Amino acid sequence: MNSSANTTTVAPEGFNLFIYRVKKKFTGPDPYLTVAGVFLWLFTYWVLCEGLEIWRFTKLPGPVAISKDWFSTTPFQGISIFTAEYYDHISVSCQRILIAFGIATGLGVPLGLFMGWSRSIRDYLFPVIELLRPIPILAWVPLSILLLPGFEGPVIFLATLASFFVTTLNAMLGVDSIDEEYFRAAGCLGSSRWDVFKNVVVPGALPFIFTGLQISIGVAWFSLVAAEMVSGDLGLGYLIVDAYMNNVTVPMVIAMITLGFIGYFSSACVRALGDKLMGWHVKELAQQGR
Amino acid sequence: MAKNTSKTEKKGALSIKNVTKIYDPTGVNVMAVDNCSMEIAAGEVCMIVGPSGCGKTTLLNAIAGFHSITEGSIHLDGELLCGPERPKAEQSAERMVVFQHGALFPWKTLQENVAYGPTVQKALSPSQAMEKGGQMLAEAGLGNFIKKFPGEVSSGMARRAEIVRALINNPKVLLLDEPYRAMDALTKQIMHESLLETYDRTGVTIFFITHDLEEAIFLGDKVHIVTTRPCQLKKTVEVKIPRPRSYETQSSEKFRKLLVEVNDAVHEEAVKAFKAGEREMA
Ligand SMILES: Nc1ncnc2c1ncn2[C@@H]1O[C@H](COP(=O)(O)OP(=O)(O)O)[C@@H](O)[C@H]1O
Ligand SMILES: [Mg+2]
Repeated sequence: MNSSANTTTVAPEGFNLFIYRVKKKFTGPDPYLTVAGVFLWLFTYWVLCEGLEIWRFTKLPGPVAISKDWFSTTPFQGISIFTAEYYDHISVSCQRILIAFGIATGLGVPLGLFMGWSRSIRDYLFPVIELLRPIPILAWVPLSILLLPGFEGPVIFLATLASFFVTTLNAMLGVDSIDEEYFRAAGCLGSSRWDVFKNVVVPGALPFIFTGLQISIGVAWFSLVAAEMVSGDLGLGYLIVDAYMNNVTVPMVIAMITLGFIGYFSSACVRALGDKLMGWHVKELAQQGR
Repeated sequence: MAKNTSKTEKKGALSIKNVTKIYDPTGVNVMAVDNCSMEIAAGEVCMIVGPSGCGKTTLLNAIAGFHSITEGSIHLDGELLCGPERPKAEQSAERMVVFQHGALFPWKTLQENVAYGPTVQKALSPSQAMEKGGQMLAEAGLGNFIKKFPGEVSSGMARRAEIVRALINNPKVLLLDEPYRAMDALTKQIMHESLLETYDRTGVTIFFITHDLEEAIFLGDKVHIVTTRPCQLKKTVEVKIPRPRSYETQSSEKFRKLLVEVNDAVHEEAVKAFKAGEREMA
């Protein structure tokens, strides 16, 4: 009676699927455009700083000077991929981000979910959060230094704060975005309030939560670096200011580029985790041709 | 809870008495249902037909317990669902709803969706529920799709799975709100056949909202035509076409005559609703 499934072709799996994806990627124009775009940028940069030596740009190290130092075993200005110091800064910043992002997510997601789920919790907390949220992160710097001891405390606090607000708000909006009919269906099927929370609220809000997390990890980096620049002893943000103060510009730019790469990588990790947790969502989007 | 509903002793008689529903009486004050009464016998397929925005969904939501009623009462098998002292019925698996836009949980596979009800009601252990869910989906012709998410299957399959998700709980009444509204005519035919087949097998009482008149006559034992807002019972047409019905029935003389009769009654209301600019919510 029902034999509609016989006509579907076998989809590639495992390694074959990987090969298929790589092939598909390189048959389209996108990767070439990306490569061309990067080269265009680098070339412009080079022309400005080293090629034509345009006014003011001479103060900046050009791409040649940077790569010479960056990949040298004996860098002139002290930072390269072969110096331990470089990795110290990176690992300190990464550790701080992990802690800050972890705390922000661990507190923000449940809080946002509960605020979306329960009217009274929202009435209780939301106005306060809305009041604190617009305060710029740099405005918290003095308070955090007064309040928390040492270097680590204030820096982590500042990085946590910004990303906490983003995560909380997105989790709450995620619950708001869930269609009322899913709640009704769950009610009909005999769910307790807790069943609804586990089976409707959490999975239904997940797409929003992960959008929020991608933004929030960016915000965490942003405020971490700001914090490290103001009150730090190590870390990429500190490296940037320190290099600037000591008039060594190459490490400054190296730190900036490194931040770009790590930030990109961390967002990609969050996105990949989201796709893994939300197979249903990915498949649904794929069905719509996205 | 309705368990072991045998075909002989049918359950699910709905009695709607003088129900009035006014949305937000102090604010917008929309009277959606006005002093509406109807009797639905146990094991009957009762079709509700009326123009858009007339208050059909409102009535269904009252039975399901999604919102309160302002006046009147609704009884199921003699038991009070909602009335003057208790304006809002309690939601329960004895009255299962199949929604207008479909409400399978998109984050659960078809099998997990079907298994959900018995699991949270603790009627079955999770693994038993999964097993039974898979079995029932297979019986409904969805055996190859039990591991798929709702977003991956056609709307017809999703709707069929949603009906299975309702039926696994042995409900007394199945409440369907224009479930086949957005479907093409051919898919609709298949859905009708499968619903009739399900009905013949389970004998569950069906409360079915539609504005497709042919659908109403083809599926129903009775067609209740309701007026434009506020909703009241205007006319009941009994469909005395024997079951099991097949698609040939639709071209029979009797069917055509009924169609004219229903159309006469509903057309007048549709014109009124159109002139009033009624719109439905949700
Ligand atoms: N929550 C609500 N608040 C105010 N008015 C509503 C609400 N829900 C529905 N209505 C109104 O009640 C009337 C009946 O709606 P509904 O029951 O959805 O009609 P339908 O017969 O098309 O299912 C409509 O005029 C609609 O605008
Ligand atoms: Mg409706």
